[in-house]
Formats: sequence, structure tokens, C-alpha cells
Amino acid sequence: MSEQKIDGFELKPGFKGMASDTGSDQTMFKGVHWGKAMMWIFLLSDTFVFSCFLISYMKGRGSTIVDWPNTSEVFSLHVGGVPVPLLLIAIMTFVLITSSGTMALAVKYGYEKNRKMCGWLILATAVGGLTFVGMQVFEWSKLIHEGVRPWGNPFGASQFGSFFFMITGFHGFHVSIGVIFLFIYTYKVFAGHYESKKRGWFTKMKGDYVEIEILGLYWHFVDLVWVFIFAFFYLW
Amino acid sequence: MEETNKIEEATKKEEQTSTQKIGIYLWIWLLLFVLSFFSYMVDWYQFQGMLRWSLILFFMFLKAGLIMAFFMHLFWERYALVNVLLWPMTAIACFIFLMTAEFKYTLFSRFFYFVVGGA
Repeated sequence: MSEQKIDGFELKPGFKGMASDTGSDQTMFKGVHWGKAMMWIFLLSDTFVFSCFLISYMKGRGSTIVDWPNTSEVFSLHVGGVPVPLLLIAIMTFVLITSSGTMALAVKYGYEKNRKMCGWLILATAVGGLTFVGMQVFEWSKLIHEGVRPWGNPFGASQFGSFFFMITGFHGFHVSIGVIFLFIYTYKVFAGHYESKKRGWFTKMKGDYVEIEILGLYWHFVDLVWVFIFAFFYLW
Repeated sequence: MEETNKIEEATKKEEQTSTQKIGIYLWIWLLLFVLSFFSYMVDWYQFQGMLRWSLILFFMFLKAGLIMAFFMHLFWERYALVNVLLWPMTAIACFIFLMTAEFKYTLFSRFFYFVVGGA
């Protein structure tokens, strides 16, 4: 493999490349759009926030002397009188993965300048996200109706409610913000802002499909966090 | 000779900005569905104990890895970015380790003073 160059700087592969990129006395992330780098840094900090939530949940659940509620029963839905464990959560998981897949394809079609396909896929992602939030609202209202409160619940250890509302609430908030932005970017793509190089808000940066990849990073991160919440909060 | 070199360089630049084949996204998508289905089955069949926890963690890390590597493109990024993003995760691992010791101590204290009634 012959060497690739960006602005005359030779790109080496692997850890050698990491050393020369980092010590190049220039921009460190070669070939990475600044917006993308900043989104990654933001996601890194968000990872720490969610980690703190999940670790505090681990600490709370591990140190209570009252039995933890059986999530398999608490989150079951009755279908024709038969309780199906975690049914709603499973559907929510599949909806979120579906929307993550459509987002990944939207990024691909965006880079291929396929405006229509990119727009429709982002719209599909937004609808998936909206469905997810809707189901979460249903789940919350069902649990609140059954008497789950941040300070207590009828199923077991009283810490359950506060961790549940805090963790899924913060995740749901991320999804909601993501859905708003997905709708905005659906409009921007269909309106052709990336062909006309129209400027975005707060920036002189000219519109480019890299913005779709940045949006995609955020959306995949929301899916990524759900993978951990699903494993630790619902399945554990 | 120089002409062909220039063309090669141009196509290389093109390749860099062009995208992956659609197949890889569809495969990863399908794998994520299958893995999610398996992790749901862990609860469906009510596996308990070590088997349950190891299966949950296995499917979780596999799914997280697939999403980060392919959907978030980390597999194709340069090491400078990848290492900046992944090394901080060791700090989280340390924090988990510390808090594990902490919750064991809290649990012990609660049993000792609330259940046993102290010394």
C-alpha cells in the first residue's frame, strides 16, 4: 500500500500513523471534519454521564438489603390475558435498531449525493425515534399508574423508581432531542441545502453531507446507550 | 508517468471520500437484530446465575462493538481518533471496580447494623 497524503502530509497506517498524526504540529485528526471531531468529543463526555448513572444504579442495587423488583414481571405486558415478559422493551429495542440502520444508510446515500434517498431515510429514522419515545411515554404512564414513584414502589427495593426514571428519562430526553434534529435535517436535505451550500445556523460553515454523518453519530450513540440500558437495567 | 501518478492520486482521494458497500451495513443491521433477539431469549427462557450474566454481557459488548465499528465508522477511522475515544473507557472500568468495592462495604454495613443489630 502506497502512502496517502492530506495537504502534503504523509499518512502512515496504524500506531505509527497515530504517533506521526499526533506529533505533526498540525491538526491531529487528519481528514476528519472539525464538526465530526467535536461531536465525538461530546459523545465521549456523554458516555461518562451515562456511565455515572449506570454505575450509581449498580451501587444502589448492589447495596440494598431489600429484594430488587423482578424486571421481567414489572415490565411484562398482557397479551390476551397471558403476561409476556419485557414485550414492550423488546419492541422498543427493535424499533431503535431499525432506526439506527436507516440512519447508517442515510449517511451512505448522503455521501453518494443521493438527495431523495438520504432524505427519506432520515425521515424514516425520525419516525422510528418518535415511535420509541411514544412507547416510552406509554411505559412510564403504565408504571406510574401501578404506583412506581422515585421514592418507592409496590414491587421491592424503593431505589428502583428513582434509577428507572432518571436513567430512562435521560435517555428518552436524548432521543427526543435527536428526533427534533432529525426532522430539521430531513427538511434541510429535501430543501437541497447541501447542494446549494447554504450555511447552517451559528456557523459560516457551508452545508455539506458530512453534517448527516455527524447527526448519524449522535443517533447511533443513542442506540448504543440503549444497548447498555437494555442489558443492565432490564435484563440483569 | 507523472500523468498516471496524478490520476492514481485523484482516484485515491475519491476512494477516501466515497462510501462503503451497502452490503456491509445490511449485514451489520441483520446481526444486530439477531443479537437483540438472542439477548431477549436470555430473559424468555429465564436463564439464571452466571450463565445469564455472561450471556447478557457477551451480547451487549458484541452489539456495542458492531455499532461503534461499522455504524459509527470507527473501523475505518485513523488510530489517532480511535485511541482518543477508546482509552478513556479504562477510567470507567476503574470507576466500576471502585464502586463494586463500595457497594459491598455498604451492603455489609447495612446487614451489620440493620439486621444483625451491631456489635
